[in-house]
Amino acid sequence: MINLPLLPIILPFLFAILLLFFKENVRIQRALSLVGVIISLIASFFLLVTVKSEGVLAVTLGSWPAPFGISMVSDMFSALLVTTTLLITLFVVVYSFTAIGEEREKFFYYPAILFMVTGVNGAFTTGDIFNMFVFFEVLLIASYLLIVLGGEKKQLRESIKYILVNVVSSALFVITVAYLYSVVGTLNMADISVKIAEIGQPGIITVIAVLMLIVFGVKGAIFPLYFWLPGSYSAPPVPVLALFGALLTKVGVYAIMRTYTLFFVHNVGVTHEILMVVSILTVIVGCIGALAYFDLKQIIIYNIVIAVGVILFGAAQMNEAGISGAIFYLVHDMLIKGALFLLIGIIIYVTGTSNLRKMGGLMKTHAPLGWFYLIAAFGLAGIPPLSGFIGKMLITQGAFQTGNVLGSIIILASSLIVLLSVIRIFIYAFWGEPVELPKTKRKPYARMMLPTIVLVVLSVLYGVGTEWLIPYVTDATDVLLQPSIYIDAVLKE
Amino acid sequence: MELVMAILIGVLFTAAVYLILSRSLLKIIIGTGLLSHGAHLLILTMGGLGGLAPPVISEGVTDFADPLPQALILTAIVISFGVTAFMLVMAYRAYAVHKTDDMNQLKGNDEHD
Repeated sequence: MINLPLLPIILPFLFAILLLFFKENVRIQRALSLVGVIISLIASFFLLVTVKSEGVLAVTLGSWPAPFGISMVSDMFSALLVTTTLLITLFVVVYSFTAIGEEREKFFYYPAILFMVTGVNGAFTTGDIFNMFVFFEVLLIASYLLIVLGGEKKQLRESIKYILVNVVSSALFVITVAYLYSVVGTLNMADISVKIAEIGQPGIITVIAVLMLIVFGVKGAIFPLYFWLPGSYSAPPVPVLALFGALLTKVGVYAIMRTYTLFFVHNVGVTHEILMVVSILTVIVGCIGALAYFDLKQIIIYNIVIAVGVILFGAAQMNEAGISGAIFYLVHDMLIKGALFLLIGIIIYVTGTSNLRKMGGLMKTHAPLGWFYLIAAFGLAGIPPLSGFIGKMLITQGAFQTGNVLGSIIILASSLIVLLSVIRIFIYAFWGEPVELPKTKRKPYARMMLPTIVLVVLSVLYGVGTEWLIPYVTDATDVLLQPSIYIDAVLKE
Repeated sequence: MELVMAILIGVLFTAAVYLILSRSLLKIIIGTGLLSHGAHLLILTMGGLGGLAPPVISEGVTDFADPLPQALILTAIVISFGVTAFMLVMAYRAYAVHKTDDMNQLKGNDEHD
């Protein structure tokens, strides 16, 4: 099974192509996409176990030896993210059966999801910087389709901006890769790392590092490049929003973490300082946004921005606690954001609005929704023993070790604001006088609750079962902190 | 030769930025086209322009052009072609639905608060 790292990329791709042939048949669409995601998920769990036992796996496409051909590399970090991606996709697909509507299902909704997962998993797995650009484009084009699918007025208006921002950032990506290629003369990420170490990161490489931060920062929504995110993400229907919020920004975060631990490690005083300052600013603007709105979607969308800041703050510390905290928090955030978006989707379905001021008293009619929302909200804020706690604790621990006291205090204070912003939803929507609800059927509600509850329970298990996950995260941290493990696996003599 | 290319790329980027900042949707799309042209030429130039030398290595040949940028530029062109086509179709749909191609009138304002 030397091609194991490719399976989570190829399987969704294969099923997406199959689905294209059954455009009108909703049943086949649902069944095939479910089967496709489950098989890919099994493959990715298998990959996770194999990477745990055998270390970093590298595949060279067409058996061209490493620096010349395209390598696909699965280390523990990417295997964890690939598995989480497929897990989220599974729940979103099941949720979509009831939530997305037949109209969209007949217009390539499921193929678009699977193509996007292909791109996301590819970007997580690839060991070649230009190939990463290609996978970014794969996931972006699928996301263009998902964001505009349905053709509502608002969707058309916002997706133009979304596409424009991403086209510009893709052009910048090409430019950055071109500069990098002209300096180091290679595209293989392991080889780039070796070449940069040989020339000792002169000024031009630091410039390229900042360019990379801009390129991936646009995708990952860091300050000040997050401006497109709140508008664009509020346009598509909730299941699409859940996918985008849980997966797309995280690809940008992954790319920043990968390049900033593998390539640009010789002038940490400049590059990682910039990363840290930017991440703290990201947290602050995210907090302001999360408190400013009375719209359910906007509040959670700004929480994406906060989480991106927290993760990158951990990554910028470049010590064991900081990086492993960032990895814990990254996986936690994918799970919990997926769960929260699915939950607010149900709230919007039940109340018929996303305006907090028009809600109230849902606790009397929809008690389970309220309780599970509360659990997810506490998990997001990081109340022990739920899933957000361990990541944030390790991140602040790492920051105190490197002496960034002020940054740690801001990160800790941001937890309180996160808690306030999500509890505000709870207070407005679930407490108070019941308002008159539009007539909705009980059955779709129950069907949407099922995947959501399982996802919330999973996120709780992620928090409670931290002890079992530590060996996996430690492996991922080791690869990030010691690039030689990654390099040796790819460029094995 | 590299210098001429660099100037040309700069001109393309300038024009692209100007067009992208304009208010008409169609001009913006043309701007993204120019932007990706600039990026593609940059990737070609960054590999070093090999002059007349062929992009192959065989026995005894010492003077050859780098074949990799050509492979990269081909991939990038195909991608930007696809994206531009998609954007044009979407711009047309947006125009049909919103009855305007002025970006000033495509600002979002139906949010609560």
